[in-house]
Amino acid sequence: MTLTDENVPRERPTEIRAVPVRHYGRWVAAALILYIAIWAVYSVANNERFGWDTINAWFWDGAILDGIVTTLELTVIAMLMGVVGGVLLAVMRLSPNPLISGVAWLYVWVFRGTPVLVQIILWFYVKALIPTFSLGIPFGPTFVHFNANDLITAFVAGCLGLGLNEAAYMSEIVRAGILSVDPGQSEAATALGMSRAKIMRRVVLPQAMRVIIPPTGNETISMLKTSSLVSVIALSDLLYSVQIVYNRTYQTIPMLLVASIWYLVMTSILTVGQFYLERYFGRGTAQRQTMLERFVANLRVRSGRRP
Amino acid sequence: MALSKPSPEAGAGAEPPEFMVRAENVHKSFGRLEVLKGIDLEVRPGEVMVVVGPSGSGKSTFLRCINHLEKINGGRLWVNGHLVGYRQKGDRLHEMRDREVAAQRRDIGMVFQRFNLFPHMTALGNVMEAPVQVKGLPRAQVRKQAVQLLERVGLADKTDSYPSQLSGGQQQRVAIARALAMEPALMLFDEPTSALDPELVGEVLEVMKQLAVDGMTMIVVTHEIGFAREVGDSLVFMDGGVVVEKGRPRDIIDNPQHPRTQDFLSKVL
Ligand SMILES: Nc1ncnc2c1ncn2[C@@H]1O[C@H](COP(=O)(O)OP(=O)(O)OP(=O)(O)O)[C@@H](O)[C@H]1O
Ligand SMILES: [Mg+2]
Repeated sequence: MTLTDENVPRERPTEIRAVPVRHYGRWVAAALILYIAIWAVYSVANNERFGWDTINAWFWDGAILDGIVTTLELTVIAMLMGVVGGVLLAVMRLSPNPLISGVAWLYVWVFRGTPVLVQIILWFYVKALIPTFSLGIPFGPTFVHFNANDLITAFVAGCLGLGLNEAAYMSEIVRAGILSVDPGQSEAATALGMSRAKIMRRVVLPQAMRVIIPPTGNETISMLKTSSLVSVIALSDLLYSVQIVYNRTYQTIPMLLVASIWYLVMTSILTVGQFYLERYFGRGTAQRQTMLERFVANLRVRSGRRP
Repeated sequence: MALSKPSPEAGAGAEPPEFMVRAENVHKSFGRLEVLKGIDLEVRPGEVMVVVGPSGSGKSTFLRCINHLEKINGGRLWVNGHLVGYRQKGDRLHEMRDREVAAQRRDIGMVFQRFNLFPHMTALGNVMEAPVQVKGLPRAQVRKQAVQLLERVGLADKTDSYPSQLSGGQQQRVAIARALAMEPALMLFDEPTSALDPELVGEVLEVMKQLAVDGMTMIVVTHEIGFAREVGDSLVFMDGGVVVEKGRPRDIIDNPQHPRTQDFLSKVL
């Protein structure tokens, strides 16, 4: 056995400055990909049949921008309904009361089992199915009274169709998230005297968020595009606004490209937002870096500075 | 640490009940598996009772019955003079509402083998959670007490750390502070050191020992025979869902009467 004598200070070794491994293969591949990319962009940009002038002319057009606003409104409202409804349904589904969990199961069965397109159309025609709607005591006083014609505009029908359908999908995502949380967490909170509702809100859901957010980001991006189904009830979202134009001008491809580019811009923004949400709810666990942060850290290491 | 006052229905007068915990022929089954087959025992206020026994003997289940995480199927169980989870009217038992059961649990702190800290809250947040959310006390006041509690378990410098940034021993000490924040009259420990690296066991036992010196009533399930001998006022050996032997720790450890106790102790010592 050898003992180190703590009283003799040891010389600190010089820091290692090794030459990093050179990945020549990667550089060749990168050059090749770069060449193909430049070629593709060049040939698309110079192909007149893509109608770049038309795209340019219509890109910032007022009607298109209005369509974008409608698409965003629909997406935001439908996702809000989806998330709130989804959490509610998931919590109901996990309730010990069989009636409550049965109702939640039935809801998911119906709304997930039928095409969302059909649901949107049904909501739009609800005025034909149920012209008036009153709530009260039979043969007694009515408390509320709706006229479906005034209430269900195309926009409302779109929100209901998309939002209620989304709630069914979100409930499964939320339920998976809740089930992913270690049961020891609820147990510890129960032992502290917390109520079921408080445990859900303060302990379980914040942890479930880590599992819930990535698929929810997916759903939001998907909703941005699914919302274009409302064109069947003549609601002028981004896609429908574009269709109106090309039905008149017959410039179908350029106009669809206008819409596609805008959809891409919006999904890109959502992707960035999702990253920061994930990082927020991942606090207390390993932190993730943005691609930019990773790139900068990498450069620092290569240039010999500490990250 | 002050004992919480017994409520009026515990009996006439304001003196604390004679027993902090009293179990009378407690039975518990999971489906057809009978896990507790008639447990009788008493814990006096200020007593430290150590429970030992082989795996599967029902130690955890018994602790969980005490704060009604499990419903008992037979017998009677009182904590601090109150029947756990039920109200007696005449000769019939009535189940308590969730809210009433939750109120009962506030007098009982529990520490788990796997700590079960809330990973999305800092050490301070973990300790503050229940007083703020359950008792509705003002944050500023709770914060001061929580900092003091963390000091008491030797973690004054870790208030802002998340559980993932703490060692096992530190996490378990935060968990003890979290339970103490509700000012319980009784603390339950379910193998608080068996998930820890050997060199971290000591720091947790030290905190528990200090707690015992301060007069806390404790039931401790553990395999740390040294702790039982040094800190325990009484020792219970459980096997197969029954109490096989109970008495003063020294007597049982040095001179076990029952062959099953002898067998068990020869393995852990
Ligand atoms: N929720 C449950 N459902 C079904 N069986 C259970 C449940 N909890 C415990 N058991 C069973 O009850 C028995 C006693 O378990 P318990 O956890 O109380 O033992 P223990 O003495 O704490 O053991 P250990 O030292 O391993 O922690 C075991 O056979 C276990 O499988
Ligand atoms: Mg156990």
